[in-house]
Amino acid sequence: MAKPKVPGMFKGLGVTFATLVRTAKDGANTIQYPHEKETPPLRARGVIALHEGNCTSCMLCARSCPDWCIYIEGHKELAPPRRAGGAPRKVNKLDRFDIDYALCMYCGICVDVCPFDALFWSPEYEYSEPSIADLLHDKTKLGEWMQTVAEAPELEVGAEKKGKK
Amino acid sequence: MTMLGDRQQLAYIASQAADARVNVELETEGMTLNIGPQHPATHGTLRIIARLDGEQVLWAEPSAGYMHRGYEKLTEVRTYPQVTALVNRIDWLGSFANEVPFILGAEKLMGVEAPARAQHIRTILFELSRIANVSLFLGDLGVQLGAVTPVFFAFRDREYVLNLIEGATGGRFHPNFDRIGGLKDDLPAGFIEETHSVMKKLRNFCDEIENLLFGNEIFQSRTRGIGVIPKDVALQYGLSGANLRASGVDWDLRRDQDLPMAWNKADWKVITHPDGDSFARCWVRLQEVRESTKIVDQLLDTLPAGPVMAKVPKIIKVPEGEAFVSTENPLGEMGYYVVSQGDQGPFRVKIRSASFNNISIVPWLLKGVYVPDIITILASLYFILGDIDR
Amino acid sequence: MLAALLSEIPYWGQSLLRVLGGLVAVLLPAGTVVYLFLFKMMSFMQSRLGPMEAGPYGSMQLFAEVGKWLQKEDIVPDAAAPEARIFKLAPLIVLASTFLLVVVVPFGPDALFTNFETGIFYALAVSSVSVLGILIAGWSSANKYSLLGGLRAAGQLVAYELPMVLAVVGVVIQAGTMNLQQIVVAQNTGSIFGFDGVGNPYVITQFVAFIVFMIAVQAELTQTPFDMPIAESELVSGYMTEYSGFRFLIFFIGEFATAGVFSMIASILFLGGWGVPFSWFGWTTIDSIDNWMNVGGPLILFTKMLVLVFFIMWIRFSFPRFREDQLQRFAWKGLIPIALANIMLTAVLKVAF
Repeated sequence: MAKPKVPGMFKGLGVTFATLVRTAKDGANTIQYPHEKETPPLRARGVIALHEGNCTSCMLCARSCPDWCIYIEGHKELAPPRRAGGAPRKVNKLDRFDIDYALCMYCGICVDVCPFDALFWSPEYEYSEPSIADLLHDKTKLGEWMQTVAEAPELEVGAEKKGKK
Repeated sequence: MTMLGDRQQLAYIASQAADARVNVELETEGMTLNIGPQHPATHGTLRIIARLDGEQVLWAEPSAGYMHRGYEKLTEVRTYPQVTALVNRIDWLGSFANEVPFILGAEKLMGVEAPARAQHIRTILFELSRIANVSLFLGDLGVQLGAVTPVFFAFRDREYVLNLIEGATGGRFHPNFDRIGGLKDDLPAGFIEETHSVMKKLRNFCDEIENLLFGNEIFQSRTRGIGVIPKDVALQYGLSGANLRASGVDWDLRRDQDLPMAWNKADWKVITHPDGDSFARCWVRLQEVRESTKIVDQLLDTLPAGPVMAKVPKIIKVPEGEAFVSTENPLGEMGYYVVSQGDQGPFRVKIRSASFNNISIVPWLLKGVYVPDIITILASLYFILGDIDR
Repeated sequence: MLAALLSEIPYWGQSLLRVLGGLVAVLLPAGTVVYLFLFKMMSFMQSRLGPMEAGPYGSMQLFAEVGKWLQKEDIVPDAAAPEARIFKLAPLIVLASTFLLVVVVPFGPDALFTNFETGIFYALAVSSVSVLGILIAGWSSANKYSLLGGLRAAGQLVAYELPMVLAVVGVVIQAGTMNLQQIVVAQNTGSIFGFDGVGNPYVITQFVAFIVFMIAVQAELTQTPFDMPIAESELVSGYMTEYSGFRFLIFFIGEFATAGVFSMIASILFLGGWGVPFSWFGWTTIDSIDNWMNVGGPLILFTKMLVLVFFIMWIRFSFPRFREDQLQRFAWKGLIPIALANIMLTAVLKVAF
């Protein structure tokens, strides 16, 4: 390797100075958070939203959660029959669906295992609380997040079109 | 000194005796310096007990375990999908790379193989996490040696890579994207184009770091000839990864192993350096980032079409058996020895993580160096605390 | 003129003015240096914006920081408690050194605190008082990291005192005086081969001394690449490790105020100080200077100081640090022989011309 003509020290000074000029000219790489916000990608695992109507309180998610941060309580109820004259149906009524976001490690297993499409990932991320106990969110709060759930993104070329999972 | 174990006590006495023989005339009382568990240079909670004479180290011993999280035990009471979510927290900077060997081990036991497209995407994400990991090392190296600016460059450019990983997998740090038999999902549209442009930025970052840090005469005088690991010693201590390649051993599991991954479909070379000193280790890592960007670029261009998931049952039960699979992770050889007894979860998993073995050479390496060199050597060995303690 | 004006004020009034002037002369450069260079320049070099919330472009950030530090508890570690008074005294000694240093700095033809005949000699002497403070801080903290930092600082500051003095000797030989005011006048009335358009700033004739002096200043200020006494990745924070709150703030102010004051001294010695070349306005001696220079002079000096601090900080943010033994070798085997050779050359040329 030939000896560089410019001593390495001055090259280093050049790098920092070039960055100084670039930042002054083109702006910084950082953003001023509360004033401007980055939009997270559509798949971002921000928070878990619950579509309450789809939930049958089957407990699959609660059982597959690695740190047991989902609390579900439910009871069976008799609903009016679908057809006139039929027997009343038994449906599972959800009493409590809480996720403790202080424990959740955002692995996404619950969303994967849910057989009835009741759980969704939302890219929403601004739900910090002053107290750690306030991070236990109930089903109304989880239901509100349903509005922030993003559509699944288009897939890259060559991907196999998947049917219903 | 009362808190030390027997082995440490003996080593300490031996070093004291050796010291006494040398410094019969100029005997001074030594000083024990606890570097860590809370210390800026140990990026985590590693404790290094060093016996100093002035600024010279007579004897040093790393004391690990302050952040032990019991992963090997935890895996025994978790199912296979849950284990994937856990293990990507071992080396938290290159988390996707942690999932791969475990999944490969489980797949080997089940006798399934991921489709070609899934193998490609796995390799791409693997290399992306290597880039994210090692680029942060390059910045952190500057901080350890007193230069404040490189670390901001590193965080700036690592952010692009993390955005890519988040866009594809949904998780910035802990993707949990690997499944037995393939991947959770396919890549989102626009990923290829974006990755190409990010790889260009990363190569630019490598040039910047090379000019800012590696070319600097002060940096070279701080790292050249410091902490030299000869080839045979490196092999004896079981070093792996860039630490071994910097000692001149041409060994890379990505090339030397026949795994169902796509490394052999790209054209890249294994970087080695004959010197074995701190500079060589840092230099090898810098060049490896460049090689990784090349691998990613090539694999993106040759991405085959097809499914990303092989046919596997919904509830995974791995048949009885044992398998060991290791891959060349950002820190070195990372392997999982999976023992299954036919249940939904593994019976036992032995994790061979790179940092634990890499750090074992520290007592040998630190003898006789100065205090600033401790930091240089630790920085250049590059360990992640989660990878040591698990 | 200003001196005549001052003599009509009673003595206590003069003293009060001098104290206030000293505070302004120390705190204003310190504040500017911290805001302009530590907050903004450093951030821009790292492609970020730095503080933006307090005031427009974060200009009030400094006051916010001071307010924060003042609120913090002034902790004395248990092990240091037996000598708590000495522990608490140390930062004040460091700051006192800065205030003593600014006493001899001339800001204009009459805008100065004292007109010492041996001004530069005094300045170099009091600048090493800060070593005492640092050594006391390192020792009395009863912390191994602090002790190592204090010892490193002592070794380093002593080693770099010498090249600094030797570099100044070249200037003193050329100017023929140790009085800083006279050095400024000598530069601005001087000429290069009969051309007096720019005066004769010694940075041209004494370029080697200038470089040696600036390197020594960098080391005296314990800025990277000579910051092993602080070395946050090795020694946590060196001799400052155990200090918190107000006393840490004093160390902090001391560091950046000294950077400003040393840059002022460097610009006086090598860049012509507060003056403009006298030939521009047809002045010949210091007495014939117009009175507006007492206002314009400090501004000129301030500008030159900012330029020099820019270089100090630029190097600080770009370079990694030396190792302790490399630093000593650099001082004793590199800088001191160069400075000595420079003195010899200057002396020979002085006699020859």
